Amino acid sequence: MTEQSLHRRRFLLGGAAVGAGALLTACTSNQAPAQENAGANVANAGDNSKPGTPVTIGFSAPAADHGWMAAMTKNARAQAGKFSEVTLNATEGTNDVNQQISQVETLINAKVNVLVILPFDGKALTAAGQQAMDAGIPVINLDRVFDTPLAYRTWIGGDNYRMGVNAGSYVAQQMKAKNLTNPIIGEVAGIDSLPLTQDRSRGFRDALARQGFKVGPRVSAQFTPESGEQQTSNLLQSAPKLDALWNHDDDQGVGVVAALSNANRSEFVMVGGAGSKNAMNLIKADSGPLKATVLYSPSMASSAIVLARLLGQNKGVGDFAEHEIPSEITTYSAVVTKENVDQYLDVGFDS
Amino acid sequence: MTDQAESVRVTDPGKPLSPQRKRFAWRADPRLLGLTGVLVVLCLVGQLTRPDQFFTDGNISTILRLAAAIGVVSVGMTFVIISGGIDLSVGSIVALSSVWLTTLATQSYGPGVMVLCGVLVGLGCGLVNGILVSYGKIVPFIATLAMYVAARGLAERISGRRTQVVADAGFLDFFRGSLLGIPVLIWMFALVFAVGWVVLNRTTFGRRTYAVGGNAEASRLAGINVKRHTALVYGVAGLCCGIAALMVVARTTAGASTNGMLYELDAIAAVVIGGTLLTGGRGSLIGTLIGVLIFTVLSNIFTLNNLDTDIQNIAKGVIIVLAALLQFRSRKTPHP
Repeated sequence: MTEQSLHRRRFLLGGAAVGAGALLTACTSNQAPAQENAGANVANAGDNSKPGTPVTIGFSAPAADHGWMAAMTKNARAQAGKFSEVTLNATEGTNDVNQQISQVETLINAKVNVLVILPFDGKALTAAGQQAMDAGIPVINLDRVFDTPLAYRTWIGGDNYRMGVNAGSYVAQQMKAKNLTNPIIGEVAGIDSLPLTQDRSRGFRDALARQGFKVGPRVSAQFTPESGEQQTSNLLQSAPKLDALWNHDDDQGVGVVAALSNANRSEFVMVGGAGSKNAMNLIKADSGPLKATVLYSPSMASSAIVLARLLGQNKGVGDFAEHEIPSEITTYSAVVTKENVDQYLDVGFDS
Repeated sequence: MTDQAESVRVTDPGKPLSPQRKRFAWRADPRLLGLTGVLVVLCLVGQLTRPDQFFTDGNISTILRLAAAIGVVSVGMTFVIISGGIDLSVGSIVALSSVWLTTLATQSYGPGVMVLCGVLVGLGCGLVNGILVSYGKIVPFIATLAMYVAARGLAERISGRRTQVVADAGFLDFFRGSLLGIPVLIWMFALVFAVGWVVLNRTTFGRRTYAVGGNAEASRLAGINVKRHTALVYGVAGLCCGIAALMVVARTTAGASTNGMLYELDAIAAVVIGGTLLTGGRGSLIGTLIGVLIFTVLSNIFTLNNLDTDIQNIAKGVIIVLAALLQFRSRKTPHP
């Protein structure tokens, strides 16, 4: 081969590489009209919505590596943006407990007025919450609960047990309506080592047991679409016939639904969990087995910011008789079905 | 132990197998027989515990489709490990490729661009790994560790941590469909495996991979461009990740930054129990294939019998240890 042709070959290769690079760059865009939703924000009514004294809210949460968790942070930011006098001091999400503790310490040193903490692990972050409270900064503990109420001023979060109960009750009701006495009820759980997964499963079992039913084939996934697909593929093989299936999480639900369509299975009633926009759209379309989802809505992050602002301004909650913010607020895990889905679409999050 | 065999390959890369090489290949067989035995025993356990379900078309197809993506990744990993390296970034590359090929912009150009993007991104990441390792002289563990972190981060940035569902029906219909009654994913796996086997066992590229892993300095003296070859081997691994990303997207109908979680560990485990030495220079793709199937069948049996995943992980650990012990015995080297 001559020197010249080698040069030309290299030039052509280089050109191809540049072209491929340009093509790849063009392909990273996710811009689409009306892609972003504003998140689930509370439209505050009454006197409390008027701007008050300035409040700086510190916010610390786990890494947004999951649609629901991403929605929590997004909702908090969007809600804070609605109040002109609120400054949100949000730290980068982390799944490293040590790092989250030092983030909280940094926020304490920065002397924020109120702290909103969604701990990666409630037990491990308890001391950090306590430290803030001791420093005179009220803490709103969001979702994963601290070990002791001494570490928070107010707790707001979902009800994992009731999520399972409501899913179980809905499934039982559907089975009764079909006159099934011994239905095969499957369960695709989330990460089994987390207390929240155990609570959800316990609620599901208890509610079914009340109606004389029990959970049949059960697998646990990792809250990701891929794990949901893998586990469900195996589960479908173990149960040639199913009457109902509860999937704990709508993020992994994308994979669960894919596994169902891979296997051409739709003979049963499926119920989801958490309430993603994707799941709600499927429920509304009513074209597959997904008939309902049980809420565990990230709108609680918006509410936490509202509460933090009111705490910072020494206000109560409108329509309550109390002068103070209550110490605990548990959100309700409503069952979203085709009949009421329109009512809940605004809290659906991008999975 | 295998130095003699290696030197034959190094000095004589183009010639047919020497007697030593043949004997070496024959010596490796009992190990593969042992592994096949483990797989057969597992299948028997599956058949005994769930006679109604295990050996059905649906279940076998499910097992093979579940094995497909991690199997393709493991083919690339086998090349890297035989060449004396390690690739910790495969899972992250799968995530990045899957996210890249499912962005709205990519989807709007149609399935061809999606496929091209997935494959090119995988190949590109692999080549970057390879260049860092060979020309940058960074040890593979560190170079691919950097890619492991960076690629997943980029995947999260591009996707905004959302699950990007594929709307393109053409893409899904093709990759989720069947050809001659066999799912396309299984065809893809078979094709990647067959091409990988031919390249590794029947081409100069394959013999050089063994040679570089066996003794890089001797390979260099024998006239092999070790740096370029190493870069290309990581490129092969990246390419496999890109193909696996297509398969994962087809199965889950979505690209997500959480795709490919822990693939690096699953692939390394499959390669190692398949008899490939972590020190390089020796190994086989057949072993890797059996390794992947052993793990997939194990997981299938556990689900069929409604057992906890915790115990499954313990069983996986035991199998890895047993395979490693078997490796020591077959090498007939004294245990340190």
